[in-house]
Amino acid sequence: MQPPAEHVHWMFATGFLLLALFLLAEVIAGEAVWRKRTWRTYLWPSFLFLMGVLMWPVMTFFTNSTIHMVAHGAWAQVMMLAGAAELGLVKGKLRNELWRLAMPLAFVVSGLAFLLHEQNPWLFQRSSFLHHLLGWTMLLGAVFPLTRALRPRWAFANAGIALVFVVVAVALFADRDLAPVFGHLSPLAGEPHR
Amino acid sequence: MSTHTATQPAASQTHAERTTWRLRLLASLGPLAALAGVVWAIVQPYRVTLLHPHDQGFWWLFVEPPLLVVFAGALFHLFVARVVIEDLLEE
Repeated sequence: MQPPAEHVHWMFATGFLLLALFLLAEVIAGEAVWRKRTWRTYLWPSFLFLMGVLMWPVMTFFTNSTIHMVAHGAWAQVMMLAGAAELGLVKGKLRNELWRLAMPLAFVVSGLAFLLHEQNPWLFQRSSFLHHLLGWTMLLGAVFPLTRALRPRWAFANAGIALVFVVVAVALFADRDLAPVFGHLSPLAGEPHR
Repeated sequence: MSTHTATQPAASQTHAERTTWRLRLLASLGPLAALAGVVWAIVQPYRVTLLHPHDQGFWWLFVEPPLLVVFAGALFHLFVARVVIEDLLEE
């Protein structure tokens, strides 16, 4: 009764899309308006934390190699860490501003995990291309949460994080278990089943 | 002569214009996302398995990527954007 791996990617894509929408709404409304309701201040950090929690079953049930398991475990940990750090900061339980570095750390670790666990070249098949694309997007996109850690109220940085999440969502929605990319599909990859 | 009275209406007008744009953007985020899902479903109908449901398992009928995008846009608009808009209007 387990969903195919691509379905799990699509469900996480929906999560990233929602995260992006929450962040964009915060940028557009402004921090003062966004924080008018307490539940809203906790919305995207707790959602990120929840996505990290849900990554654990993915790690347990959907990994077919050690390197996949390590990558999914790393995502689970850094997503939970970033979400929990942001929750602690908005709640006021964490006072040290250095906790803001949890988010750029999550981006860098996630990017490296994507790049290190993909052992095929860009055009091997679609999922290989997307792993490379996602890895570099997260690594280069880490500049936005890093900027936000240094200048927390700078809307540009928050908007940048939201746009990175939009790219991640689009890439995950485009993912298939086995499909060509720009007409390329390595014969070693196998036959597309659908 | 004080310039206070001359600059105050201009400042409040700029603030009002900015708020109007914020409201428009907030109101359009969810519908835009939902529209993207609808366009995707039209461009790639084979991604909506519900359109050809025979011999499909549970997950192929439950997880439909274009519909998930529509769902995310609608969910965001109904439960988040509308409340933010209310708060922005109160301000």
